[in-house]
Amino acid sequence: MKKVNHRNSISRILGIALALMLAFSTSIFAQGEAAIKEGEALFKANCAACHKMDAMSTGPALRGVEARLEEEEGLDREWLYKWIKNSSALIKSGDRYAVKVYEANGKRQMTAFPQLSNEDIDNILAYTAQEKAPPVNGGGELTPVVVDNGGFSNKMILWALIVLFGLLALGLFLVNKTLRKFAVANGTLVVEEEKGTPIWKAFVQNQFLVIVATIFFLLGSAYFGYGYLMQVGVDQGYQPIQPIHYSHRIHAGDNKIECKYCHSSARVSKHSGIPSLNVCMNCHKNIAQVSEDVQKEGVKYGVDYNAEIQKLYEATGWDPTKQDYVNDPKPVKWVRIHNLPDFVYFNHSQHVSVAGVDCQTCHGQIQEMEIVEQHSPLTMGWCINCHRETDVNFRGSAYYDKIHEQLKEKYGVESFKASQMGALECGKCHY
Amino acid sequence: MASNKKYWKSVEELNENSTIVETLRQNEFVEEVPVDEFLGDKQTLESSSTSRRDFLKYVGFSTAAATLAACEGPVIKSIPYVVQPETIVPGVADYYATTIADGYDFASILIKTREGRPIKVENNKEAVTKGSANARVHASVLSLYDSMRVKQPKIAGADASWETLDAEIGQKLNQVSASGKQIVLLTQTFASPSTAKLVGEFKARYGNVNHVVYDAISESTALDAFEAKYGQRALADYDFSKAEVIVSVGADFLGDWQGGGYDDGYAKGRIPTGKHGQAKMSRHVQFEANMTLSGANADKRVPLSPSDQKVALAKIYAGVTGNSVSGRKLSDKVEDAIKKAVAQLKKANSKAVVVSGINDVDAQSLVLAINESLNSEAFDKDAPRKIRQGDDKAVAKLISDMKAGTVGGIIMAGVNPVYTLPNGEEFGEALSKLDLAVTFTQKEDETALKTKYVAAAPHYLESWGDVEIKKGHYSVMQPTIRPLFDTRQFQDALLKWTGNEKAYYEYLKETWTTEILGGTPWNIAVHDGVFKTTAEVSLADEANAAIEEAEANQTDEEVGATAMQNTDVGAQARKLASTPAASGMELVLYAKTGMGDGQQANNPWLQEFPDPITRASWDNYLTISQADADANEIKNWNVANGGLNGSYVDVTVNGQVIKNVPVIIQPGQAKGTVGLALGYGKKAGIKEEMQTGVNAYKIYNNFNATQNVSISLAGGTHEFACVQLHNTLMGRGDIVKETTLEIFNTKDHHEWNPMPHVSKNHEMIDATDPGADMWDEFDRSIGHHFNLAIDLNACTGCGACVIACHAENNVPVVGKSEVRRSRDMHWLRIDRYYSSEDTFSEDVEKKENFGGLFGDNGSLGGFVEMEDPAENPQVAFQPVMCQHCNHAPCETVCPVAATSHGRQGQNHMAYNRCVGTRYCANNCPYKVRRFNWFLYNKNDEFDYHMNDDLGRMVLNPDVVVRSRGVMEKCSMCIQKTQKTILDAKRDGRPVKDGEFQTACSAACSSGAMTFGDINDKESKVAELLEDDRMYHLLEHVGTKPNVQYHVKVRNTKEA
Repeated sequence: MKKVNHRNSISRILGIALALMLAFSTSIFAQGEAAIKEGEALFKANCAACHKMDAMSTGPALRGVEARLEEEEGLDREWLYKWIKNSSALIKSGDRYAVKVYEANGKRQMTAFPQLSNEDIDNILAYTAQEKAPPVNGGGELTPVVVDNGGFSNKMILWALIVLFGLLALGLFLVNKTLRKFAVANGTLVVEEEKGTPIWKAFVQNQFLVIVATIFFLLGSAYFGYGYLMQVGVDQGYQPIQPIHYSHRIHAGDNKIECKYCHSSARVSKHSGIPSLNVCMNCHKNIAQVSEDVQKEGVKYGVDYNAEIQKLYEATGWDPTKQDYVNDPKPVKWVRIHNLPDFVYFNHSQHVSVAGVDCQTCHGQIQEMEIVEQHSPLTMGWCINCHRETDVNFRGSAYYDKIHEQLKEKYGVESFKASQMGALECGKCHY
Repeated sequence: MASNKKYWKSVEELNENSTIVETLRQNEFVEEVPVDEFLGDKQTLESSSTSRRDFLKYVGFSTAAATLAACEGPVIKSIPYVVQPETIVPGVADYYATTIADGYDFASILIKTREGRPIKVENNKEAVTKGSANARVHASVLSLYDSMRVKQPKIAGADASWETLDAEIGQKLNQVSASGKQIVLLTQTFASPSTAKLVGEFKARYGNVNHVVYDAISESTALDAFEAKYGQRALADYDFSKAEVIVSVGADFLGDWQGGGYDDGYAKGRIPTGKHGQAKMSRHVQFEANMTLSGANADKRVPLSPSDQKVALAKIYAGVTGNSVSGRKLSDKVEDAIKKAVAQLKKANSKAVVVSGINDVDAQSLVLAINESLNSEAFDKDAPRKIRQGDDKAVAKLISDMKAGTVGGIIMAGVNPVYTLPNGEEFGEALSKLDLAVTFTQKEDETALKTKYVAAAPHYLESWGDVEIKKGHYSVMQPTIRPLFDTRQFQDALLKWTGNEKAYYEYLKETWTTEILGGTPWNIAVHDGVFKTTAEVSLADEANAAIEEAEANQTDEEVGATAMQNTDVGAQARKLASTPAASGMELVLYAKTGMGDGQQANNPWLQEFPDPITRASWDNYLTISQADADANEIKNWNVANGGLNGSYVDVTVNGQVIKNVPVIIQPGQAKGTVGLALGYGKKAGIKEEMQTGVNAYKIYNNFNATQNVSISLAGGTHEFACVQLHNTLMGRGDIVKETTLEIFNTKDHHEWNPMPHVSKNHEMIDATDPGADMWDEFDRSIGHHFNLAIDLNACTGCGACVIACHAENNVPVVGKSEVRRSRDMHWLRIDRYYSSEDTFSEDVEKKENFGGLFGDNGSLGGFVEMEDPAENPQVAFQPVMCQHCNHAPCETVCPVAATSHGRQGQNHMAYNRCVGTRYCANNCPYKVRRFNWFLYNKNDEFDYHMNDDLGRMVLNPDVVVRSRGVMEKCSMCIQKTQKTILDAKRDGRPVKDGEFQTACSAACSSGAMTFGDINDKESKVAELLEDDRMYHLLEHVGTKPNVQYHVKVRNTKEA
């Protein structure tokens, strides 16, 4: 019933809109700028998911679409109204061009937009009829070379300063030398005779000092030696260069994409999982280019984001012009950053789903990292410390109901650390 | 304390005039070391481009470089899917239902896959019939990753493509078809309705096609008998859980008799149930020659030679049916046993069942007649088993046809006749002369070497298929991995060669939806893996009828003759009763639990699997009784390193000699008989390490497992890899406790399951009394506390748990010579104990009556006597793994705290912490710890599955692969218990009883192993803990194990 009502209301609106359009048709064209602005907003809200202005997307490029249709097919705006509002009806009616488009696109239909009035469509068409603006300087055209230039100029200044200071130092030295020569020649310089034993000799002769110093030296070297050995195999700060520059800063930070949208297996599996490329393509089918602002930010990091997206297309075999997977996929060989030894069993779902630990607790402020690095040392001591300090999350899990009751009764306290629940036992992680 | 003794190191020193001795007193070397030769040559030294300085530089640099390189971690790459399949989540296992049907083993199973790799076999609990995997089925997942598999089709030994193969074979099939000669399909038993239908279509396409079904180990006589009586070529099915009295004459029904898989039903009836005083369990009497699993589990076992068994069966028939049959008199003991067995059978009537493994149509007919006359509930003739269909006569005719040259072409699938036929070489000759000879095989085996076209066949885990295990009980086989190699299954090839463009999957689906499922969706059948229907399915019978028709035409006379015989069961009984006693030795050929018919001989898990009875691995051997061994001067003895040595004999059957067969003296072997296992001695398509034993198929004449044989002692000594040193229990009743049903019912459990006492302040208190405890107790009352209960009554010793443990825990294979040094790595062993007297209680009595050290009753001589297993010992199986003691002796002696105790009752072992002192193993009273003496993976010295990339695919990614110098042991499958807990936590629910499983308890279909949480008072295992039969191993040591055992009860009631 709802549907029928809806249709009624729409036809009413359409009727009113038509009347309005006929009445104010001249004023609409006169409005110009306003119509284009309105059209842009409508385009972005309704059309941009499938259409781009200048490139083939799910649907064809729309710049100058009306003129094109007029020219090539002799179709007028009325046809476009029908097509946009209900393309399937048009196809069913056997319209020649509508059927042709339908066949050419693998029998995929364009979504119907009955909510758009003719006026809206006019606005959109006004927007699409705009000429392409000449490219703005910088932006997308910037290449890493430019980045280098910027760095180069900074370095130049630094070098110049270094040379300058060097010259200054040399000058001072020469002045000093000359003055000294004069002083010697004038006999005004008093050369002091060294008296007593030099300090190092005194030091060597003092056995107590030698012994104390040796002890300190040995202790010191033991300390640093131990420190060195303990960091062997600890790769904190490991930040390898990945085959595709993927910015967590943009995805998790700016765009606020939930971590587990891509790393979905962290919820159920021991692995957090590196997302398969089809997950990337969920969004990147439509995002072939980043905005100019983002591209400009890339300069800071020396990255051309658009080129990185192309790498993704390369890997998946996606052809953006044909909007289809045409080439053989080439799986991406990511460099694994967080490596645990084989003899450790770590389960993401235990920590993420059960304990409710934030990803950032172990992985750091990943949403701010342009290039991901290993935030935590991943040593056993680090694991154990967290187990000692963290309260077990009993809430909302029927698994813990009975156990928690028993514990409360027995020990008279409400919260328990993971370590008190057996999280320090060897066999919980080593098997 | 001056001594005039002269010490000497070498005989040479005794010779006073020896110049060498004199020289050696002065110099280190007898001859001067020619230093000048290389240092004196100044010219060469100077012309050398490498100066000493350079040399040191290089050494220094490479050492430094190696050191630095070692500090740098390797760069590890991760490659995700491009498009991730929906069902696969890395790190989470998927299970698929499928079916094994390799012609010998048939079972509905689940396959655990990780990241698309099958890694373990589990039982399919949905399946009503054959839903449990035996040791071989558990190991079959490793055979998938066999590096010796045929990787692509071959023509005359050279690699070829399927296109060429199709073209050539297609052309030749037409030629042969046109020439009027017969085309033979020689296949294993498929028991597959779709395949049968397909073969029918193939016949229709090519006309003169003869389908011969060939089982390497034949059950043809039983099939013939069943067919003659009920008109269907199948085997009667038995449900031993319904039987109160089981009499078996030569049938190892707990082994592989008639397809096996009877142990679950049997075990159900073996657990004494009911109130105290009225507990009931089945009574099992076994007449047999070899000591088999069934004999070992029997309440009464009568060793009897095969020719005597026939007479005994005739007498049982006479007794049960009341017909008089006069057979020759057997020994008094046997006659008595038969009389009592008959009395019990008659008393139990419909609750009784008789089975026989005698390869004789008369004997098998008699069994059917006896069960009919008993009206046995355990006997099922209406829904018979279809998993053996081999026809000896057809195979014999095929061989004569091939010799006569009337065979134009042969297509073989799943068979290896050149190896498994006694006249295999002859067959091979005939085969190599055939222009059209095709074999579908996974290995380049003996037959493949003689066959022109070798069609690479996929493993069952890469194939589609269906099986009708018994009438109305269907199973689906689905692939669980993409084919690893360029293989094609037999059915797909048949489809192609009949000009059908469909894939076998489509064909299968179509057959099922139209003719079997009757409305049930196909996807449900694939998901469950099994489908049961009572509706008559016409298609299989049609195909069968077609086969039978063809057979009837060929062997009209023979069938007629059989029918004549079958008219009178009485006559058959009389014929059987008149079997004369064998003049010489009788040989009984059998299949070992680990090896079966030998298809999986290249599987290291199975080679290293110790036989449940002899406990020997990596071998087959002649089993012989002590008396016959003495008569032939055959010896077995243990050497200093614990290894078992034995004599060799030459075995002669019908002029065919097998030389150098090692002999094991088998307690309980019937006098005048010897046993030898089939399935060994393979040479082709198998790694050198696995080429073990002798090929007993060479003397498997006329498909009869019983042969007249003569043996003669040969020279030399054989070294066995036998893992059980102690032959008997020697009255150590506290390890295996057993009692009789009568005592169990009438007496208090303190009498038959006594608690050991220890002395405290000169007073005897219970060993489990808290006062006897010197340790502070952990608090285990909150959370989980795991226990594993093992019921010695239900354990048949089948060994499925041993292989399941291997697969789950990445237990390495160490090879024959290491096993011989008792360095086997099995985390779970099944100890087998014999009694030296007829019963264990007599053993205990004897031990307790020892008086003094010497004399007639002296313990010194007495224990030696007790080491000697009796002629007919009683046998007990006891699975032993880490007992996970609450007061573990191993934990206190570890200098690095590598082994520690968990609150959940598991004894943890941190491998990376272990430094290999082996103190723990020395301090373990149960001897369950295993030491990695070598690196067993990626080591050419141990060239088993862990040494190649393919074989390593079977490893469980959740369990670490241990390195050299590390102790390991049963972890009570902590990876599984942790996973169960995590799943429950994630779902936010308590763990249900039965969810906790270890690999062994999940594999145990007989219900002998129960695992669970004793803090869950409702759980089965908590209930078992309170059972009267419960005891712990070596309770008096005070280790408080978390593994319970349940006293074995025997039903010794004779009448």
